[in-house]
Amino acid sequence: MEGADIPCLPRGVRLHHDKVRDAWVLLAPERAVRLDPIGHAILSRVDGTASFDQITADLAATYNAPQEQIAGDAAGFLNALRERLFLEVA
Amino acid sequence: MTHQPPIAMLAELTHRCPLSCPYCSNPVEMARQEQELSTEDWVRVFREAAELGVLQLHLSGGEPATRRDLTDLVKAARDAGLYTNLITSGIGLTERRLRELDEAGLDHIQLSLQGTTPEMADEIGGYKGGYARKMQVAGWIKEIGFPLTLNAVLHRRNLHQLPRALEMAQEMGARRIEVATVQFHGWALQNRDALMPTREQAKEASRLVAEARVALKGKLVIDYVPADYHSDYPKRCMGGWGTTGLNIAPDGVVLPCHAAQTIPHLEFWSVSDHALGDIWQNNPAFNAYRGTDWMSEPCTSCDRKLKDFGGCRCQAMALAGDASVTDPVCKKSPHHPDLAARADAHAASDAALVYRSAPGKAQTEPAE
Repeated sequence: MEGADIPCLPRGVRLHHDKVRDAWVLLAPERAVRLDPIGHAILSRVDGTASFDQITADLAATYNAPQEQIAGDAAGFLNALRERLFLEVA
Repeated sequence: MTHQPPIAMLAELTHRCPLSCPYCSNPVEMARQEQELSTEDWVRVFREAAELGVLQLHLSGGEPATRRDLTDLVKAARDAGLYTNLITSGIGLTERRLRELDEAGLDHIQLSLQGTTPEMADEIGGYKGGYARKMQVAGWIKEIGFPLTLNAVLHRRNLHQLPRALEMAQEMGARRIEVATVQFHGWALQNRDALMPTREQAKEASRLVAEARVALKGKLVIDYVPADYHSDYPKRCMGGWGTTGLNIAPDGVVLPCHAAQTIPHLEFWSVSDHALGDIWQNNPAFNAYRGTDWMSEPCTSCDRKLKDFGGCRCQAMALAGDASVTDPVCKKSPHHPDLAARADAHAASDAALVYRSAPGKAQTEPAE
């Protein structure tokens, strides 16, 4: 994941609030991935227009943490989703 | 005690189907059209499922496109908040119908593949012209942009077509393929002689899948169901009995899995008499094989018991005559050596296919 990359959720993959378990999940073809608060914070900023840099800058400001560290964690998380084809890069 | 809620629900909308695949997972005793739940019943059940905690709804059959209210059911499922997947052979879907399903919010399509050539596919499906029709439907699915999983069902007669199936998935624009070796339940149990893969075929399939997973990483996700009669350990069936998923038969009977009605002492409840949550929590059939208390040796002391929960209960019933013993696929089962020998004998047979019959009709004779 490069700074200028624009991640997006492809058709058929969407965020969903699971009321019964009080958790956010990523729904994908025949899979449901339970998200922790960090995963949800990252994916809720993936809107198909924000670049990876913009997303991590926003997270750094919101959580008052170094952007570099956040970028490392977020790239690991998003790359794992990309490998499963739950995420694309424009 | 409250049991964790299910994640997935398979709604078998009908047992009617234009195809008559000899490995159909429907029971040999099928529900007739007049026994099927109404639109209103299904809509209520979808709402109950979402309230219970179901996230993923699989609309299946038979052929779900045989139901004229399919679009209304998809819309109702989406309105209930469910991720909605259509499991279809494609037969019965027109371009117009697919566009209506798109409009209704259908999330994903799983398209079955009986073979990679018209000759193979039409022979296995028992439906002439079915392959051509399916390819046309695949074209519309791609054009509309539905996320697609290709479900290639493989057995002794078509396992050599696996490489072509992997190519076809990519040509169709699928992001996933299920490479599913036939599981011997339902109609397939009568077709073990005709369909059992050889040990060499099973090994070759595993090798091809491992190779393709590396080569197609990031392009195509491959889910693989190996040939379990040739395996050393059983499958964690349904993710564990009564833990993750449930099935609803066309007449509203709620089951822990496709084949559960083959376990004769279990009594299953219907959504016509009980709320879905009540069934999930309290139907003794769902509690029969939950957890590990029901197990006996070699499962009780096995370090894999929480991994595979002793395998498939229906397979234990079918092969060992007792649903509470270790799945004979497990090499620790006393029935395993016999199963391995039988698997090789089935694979060496030249029996003809026994096609699935239509609901309410007598079984058809084996084809020439």
